[in-house]
Parts: sequence; C-alpha cells; structure tokens
Amino acid sequence: MQSSKAIEIWVGLFVAAGLIALFFLAMQVSNLAELKSNGDSYRIVARFENIGSLRVRAPVSVAGVTVGRVSAISFDNQTYEAVVEMRIDPKYDTLPIDTSASILTAGLLGEQYIGLTPGGAEEHLTDGDEIELTQSAIVLEQVISRFLFNKAEGGDKGSGSNDGGTPTE
Amino acid sequence: MLALFQKLGYTTLSTLQKLGRANLFILHVVTGLPEILTRVRLLLVQVYSVGVLTVLLVSISGLFVGMVLGLQGYNVLSDFGAEQTLGVMVAASLVRELGPVVTALLFSGRAGSALTAEIGLMKATEQLSGMEMMAVDPVKRIIAPRFFAGCLSMPLLASLFSMIGVMGGYFVGVGLLGVDEGAFWAQMKSRIDFYDDVVNGLIKSAVFGVIVTWIAVFEGYDAVPTSEGVSRATTRSVVYSAFAVLGWDFVLTALMFGGD
Repeated sequence: MQSSKAIEIWVGLFVAAGLIALFFLAMQVSNLAELKSNGDSYRIVARFENIGSLRVRAPVSVAGVTVGRVSAISFDNQTYEAVVEMRIDPKYDTLPIDTSASILTAGLLGEQYIGLTPGGAEEHLTDGDEIELTQSAIVLEQVISRFLFNKAEGGDKGSGSNDGGTPTE
Repeated sequence: MLALFQKLGYTTLSTLQKLGRANLFILHVVTGLPEILTRVRLLLVQVYSVGVLTVLLVSISGLFVGMVLGLQGYNVLSDFGAEQTLGVMVAASLVRELGPVVTALLFSGRAGSALTAEIGLMKATEQLSGMEMMAVDPVKRIIAPRFFAGCLSMPLLASLFSMIGVMGGYFVGVGLLGVDEGAFWAQMKSRIDFYDDVVNGLIKSAVFGVIVTWIAVFEGYDAVPTSEGVSRATTRSVVYSAFAVLGWDFVLTALMFGGD
C-alpha cells in the first residue's frame, strides 16, 4: 500500500486528467465554443420556395465566411413557402437591408448552406428583419429533367428542320 | 417430465430471487452514501485502485482504437473523396459509442473482476462476518466506497478514452495519411454537437459505470464462500457486465439517437 499522500496525488491527477479530457471534447471536438458566442446573436428570417435538404444548424455565410447558423425551419400554411430563421453573430451587424439569400451546396454532394450576398442599401438588417430577395435551392433532379427535356425538344426540332439549333423556349 | 418443469421453475425462482437480492443490496449500498461523504478517505483509496490503475490500460486501448478508426475510415472515405470528414467519423464513433462501451468492457475486465474477487475472498475468509461481529456494517464500510468509486471513475475514464482516441485518429489521419489538418478539426467541430453527442456519451458512460460496478460488487458479495465460488463469481461478473453493457447500450442509443 502506498502512502496516503501519494494516493491523494494520484487520484487528484486522475480526476484532473478526466476533466481535461471532457473539456477537450467540449471545446475542441464539439461545437460548444461556437454555441456560446450565439448567446446574444440576432435573428433574421428568409422565405424560400424550396429549401432542398437544408437542415437546422447549417452554416450561414457571407463571402464564404460563416457568420451564423440556421436556427429553425418551418412551413408557412398561407403562402406555401419555407420560413428559415437564422441567427447571425452580433459581430456582423452591418449587413445591408437589401441583402439577398440563396441556398447553395458545398461541393457536388456536400451539405447545403445559406449564402448571403450584401446589397448596397444604407440601412442595416436588425433583429427580426426579413430578407426579401431569396433564391431557392437547386434540386438536382429538376435540373437534370429540364436538361433532358430541352435536349429531347431540341432533338425533335433538329430532325424536323435538319438544323442543330439551340431550343428557345 | 415433471422434473423438467421443476427445474424450469427452480431456475426462474432463483433468478428472480437473485434479482431481488441485487436490488435490496444496491439500496443498502446507496444508504451508505452519507457515511462515505464524512469519510472521503475510504473513497479516495478505492478511486485509486479502481480508477487510477485503469488509466494506463484505457489510454493505450484508446490510442489504438482511434488509430484503427483513422486507418479504416480513411480507406472507406477516400473511395468517395470524402476523407476530409475523417475527423467527424472518428470523433462521432468514439464519443457516441466506442468511448463508453469499450471503456466499460475494459473497466469490467480490469476493475470489476478485481472488485468481485476481493469482496468474494473477504467473504470466503469471513472478514465480512468478522466486521458484522464488531457491529461494523460491511456493506457500508467495504462495498459502498468501492461502488461509488466505480461510478465516479467510469465517466472520467471514458472521457480520457475518447480524447486519446481522437488524438490517435489525428496522428494516423493527418500525420500518416495526409488528410488536411484544418478540415479534420473544422468538420469535426461543426458536426459534433456538445449536447447531442458529448453529453449523451457522458450519460452512457455514467450508466455503464453504475451497471458494471453494481454487478461486480454484488457478485462478490453474493459469491459462494469457497475458492471455487469466488472463481465462478469473478467469471460471472465479467460476463454479465459485458452482456448488460451491450444490451443497455442498444436501449440508450435507441432513446438518445433513435428519434431523428
């Protein structure tokens, strides 16, 4: 049996190491540090026709820099639009009121996020404001089907008039 | 034919009896908590033998598990060109599942079996009855400190395991295989949620700590006081712990992560 002092030191080291590990998991591995700065963030809303596979906690970025996160997504029964609520870091409080929002995809198959493009107005967005200019998510199936549809249409025309002209619709 | 039914009935009744004894026993142990808080020394010595002595085993295992996850994850993810999400994969599997479960299995092998054997031998050599003769409650004096030391140590050990595992995955992924360091940490940070992943993993490890230590001290206390009985109790302690941990892991995972 070791002396009591040695045991106390070892137990102290053990508990300290365990708590440091937990702290590491909280700060370095998970998003606790980011959540904390969200305490006094401000809230803006945008309406989209289609949000694709946007999820809560997806990043909101301006010029590629993450300035906030999507905090809630709901559906408006009256206008049949998706209402996306974002929380923006209070550091970035000078977004013009005519900022436009679009749903973009990180990489070809990556996660979807909201990209904000600042406009030129003098006034700034504040808590509870709504972004008027929005662009919906690009749904890959719709793009492909439109492409195929146009192609088929163009092919028919081409065989009819012996001309490979681009379809105009 | 009748003998068969008798045997079935006997097995059922004795299993139920054992479960009942285990529950009464744990109630008795928990009532010993105030006494331990006034004599922290008893607890401290047990945290040393149950927790501190398990740290090395848990650290080395965690390092290797993390390194294997790094290698295997890289092989699969690079097929999809997604090796930058290696950090997410390593951290999520460690924090949610492997940290609590593997630590609990190691803990039952290293500390649980030792607890069972120690308490079983105390019973076999009539040290526990000796204490009763001296009007000292052996459950409060011997069992309770060991039980609470185990419950306290398990979450700490599981956190250590997860941290060292993430480090191991980092060494292999970033150091050896050349995954981008920034993406490794940034993706991990953005995808691992503190409450959903880290806190739930911590709850899991605490539950496993209670289960493993409970089984270990009860099997020791309930052992047939012979050398054969103690050896059987030690085996049962490890086997039951493994079953209980894996079974409860499914239940807890379904409750925590099954909803979405």
